[in-house]
Amino acid sequence: MSDKDNWKIWEVFIRSRNGLSHKHVGSLHAPDEEMAIKNARDVYTRRSEGISIWVCPSESITASSPDESEPLFTPADDKVYRHPTFYEIPDEIGHM
Amino acid sequence: MTKETSLEDRFQHYVDAENKIEPKDWMPEKYRKTLIRQISQHGHSEVVGMLPEANWLTRAPSLRRKVALLAKVQDEAGHGLYLYSAAETLGADRMDMVKDLLSGKAKYSSIFNYPTPSWADMGAIGWLVDGAAIANQVMLCRTSYGPYARAMVKICKEESFHQRQGYEIMISLANGTPTQRKMAQDALNRWWWPSLMMFGPTDDLSPNSAQSMKWKIKRKSNDELRQEFIDKTVPQAEYLGLSIPDKDLKWNEETKHYEHGEIEWTEFYDVIKGNGKCNKQRLIARNKAHDNGEWIREAANAYAKKQSERKKHQAA
Amino acid sequence: MDTKLLEYTLRLGDNALILGQRLVEWCGHGPVLEQDIALSNIALDQLGQARMLLQYAAEQKGEGFTEDKLAFFRPEEEFKNALILELPNEDWGFTLARQFYFDTYNYFLYSELLKSSDENIKAIAQKAIKEISYHAQWSAEWIIRLGDGTEESHHRIQKSIDDLWEWTGELFTKDEIDLFAENDNIGPNLDVIKENWHEKVSQILEIATLKKPEAEWMQSGGKQGSHTEYLGFILAEMQSLPRMYPEANW
Repeated sequence: MSDKDNWKIWEVFIRSRNGLSHKHVGSLHAPDEEMAIKNARDVYTRRSEGISIWVCPSESITASSPDESEPLFTPADDKVYRHPTFYEIPDEIGHM
Repeated sequence: MTKETSLEDRFQHYVDAENKIEPKDWMPEKYRKTLIRQISQHGHSEVVGMLPEANWLTRAPSLRRKVALLAKVQDEAGHGLYLYSAAETLGADRMDMVKDLLSGKAKYSSIFNYPTPSWADMGAIGWLVDGAAIANQVMLCRTSYGPYARAMVKICKEESFHQRQGYEIMISLANGTPTQRKMAQDALNRWWWPSLMMFGPTDDLSPNSAQSMKWKIKRKSNDELRQEFIDKTVPQAEYLGLSIPDKDLKWNEETKHYEHGEIEWTEFYDVIKGNGKCNKQRLIARNKAHDNGEWIREAANAYAKKQSERKKHQAA
Repeated sequence: MDTKLLEYTLRLGDNALILGQRLVEWCGHGPVLEQDIALSNIALDQLGQARMLLQYAAEQKGEGFTEDKLAFFRPEEEFKNALILELPNEDWGFTLARQFYFDTYNYFLYSELLKSSDENIKAIAQKAIKEISYHAQWSAEWIIRLGDGTEESHHRIQKSIDDLWEWTGELFTKDEIDLFAENDNIGPNLDVIKENWHEKVSQILEIATLKKPEAEWMQSGGKQGSHTEYLGFILAEMQSLPRMYPEANW
């Protein structure tokens, strides 16, 4: 596939108001950082969700990798308190 | 849990415990493929779904209606984007997904292959089509794949105004002149059955559903969702004083649900096969937008490349 | 009622409305989702400004007038928008070139309207200037990208820049309404706007490696109500429903 017209992916982080950290909100496509910021404004702050935007190319994010031989989800087995059914709620309370 | 337990079993166990799967977690290849197919189809539906409503943007009958409709159709572009982004976390490339849509290989919701000949269709789409979509999307807020669930939460939040926007149009028409009332009833007649079909075939004929339910990608069956939608919508039609085009529709006091008449599935499959009034037109419109945009996308990339080389040069 | 103030308000309002109406045609057809959304945002801003201005015009006209009555029940010759805004969108480059010329003009115009002696226009300008500053930056960046992008984009955007040139003069040609606004400090001296505009346009075109057109002939008439053939079709489409059912509320 020719990627001449394929824009690269950027991750978008938004600070919704002062006092809070930037939070990952999603990604988008843009050819460069100026447009990535502008696109982020148009795509992710249409309802005044933010006052500050960070963008970075997705490719420059290094992520920890769950090891396949020891899947990330095994520790869940001995933590039954994480399951909703671990807690007894009287029937008359209904769905919780 | 023994060491011999297969990864698939552990995965299932993890999902059963209501845990979310995140992009880098191990997952069965079929789970990944199912998600990519479902999420990209969902994204395509949002993008193609812009067209029947965009059809009325230049003709909205008041400025207030025009800006509301534009904001709504724009949201759909945003929702398509959120969904493509979610699929990209699974390793799919947006350009590939788009090309599958353009070539006709990928599916999108058939509802958008129906035409919108009347302004009342803007009301009916917002009220019924978005209403049906919301039933599905609310369920998907709890889907097992994290990025998909998060996209759905954002989409549901934004969609709340869409349905109200549509219903408000219906209220104006239903309380308007006799012609407007007729427009409203006519739109309800045309959109009611296609909206019910949006939930997909009945459970006994929906072969992929069981696995999706097991993986908690899907949380409710087609028939359950359809029933929820009908129960919610019938009183809304009554409020408007409009009648639902189903002579067999009746309230069941025992089950506390509405029972509906037989759905004409042959029509559904005809539209899926490509025989809807607008199937061709929708794909032509998307292809045209993509092809006409190529030089723009290319130019922006070429400029970005030049700029970064200039910066490197300056730094050296 | 001050007919000249009304006329001035309508010119501002119709510019915003007709441009907004042209831009909504792009919705669903943009070159990439992100830009579809971006252009719809600009259309929403334009339509929002149109509503505020037409509401103000309706208020001046008095009893029985509303923004919708002005938008949907006036004939062509009563629309006072600049001609450049009613031209068809053509391709994305042409739309952006028009946007660049007009946003730049609008930016300098509204920066001055912030000082308007008319409180309503001033208040509208205070809200609009934030949007317009963004539009002007956005469209200028796009002109640079396309001018300095590929060979194809360079040629195509140069052609749009050239083709649109003759439609820009009207923005700066003073008539009695502009002079009235200038003398009463409602609006700016258009000579100043023109000078700023030329400076900015030259600067951006140079960065974009594009040639500034030199043709001297300029079209005019839009703001006096004498239009191209295009406006009739815009209105036929936009006004169709309310005119077909004048007694209806929507």
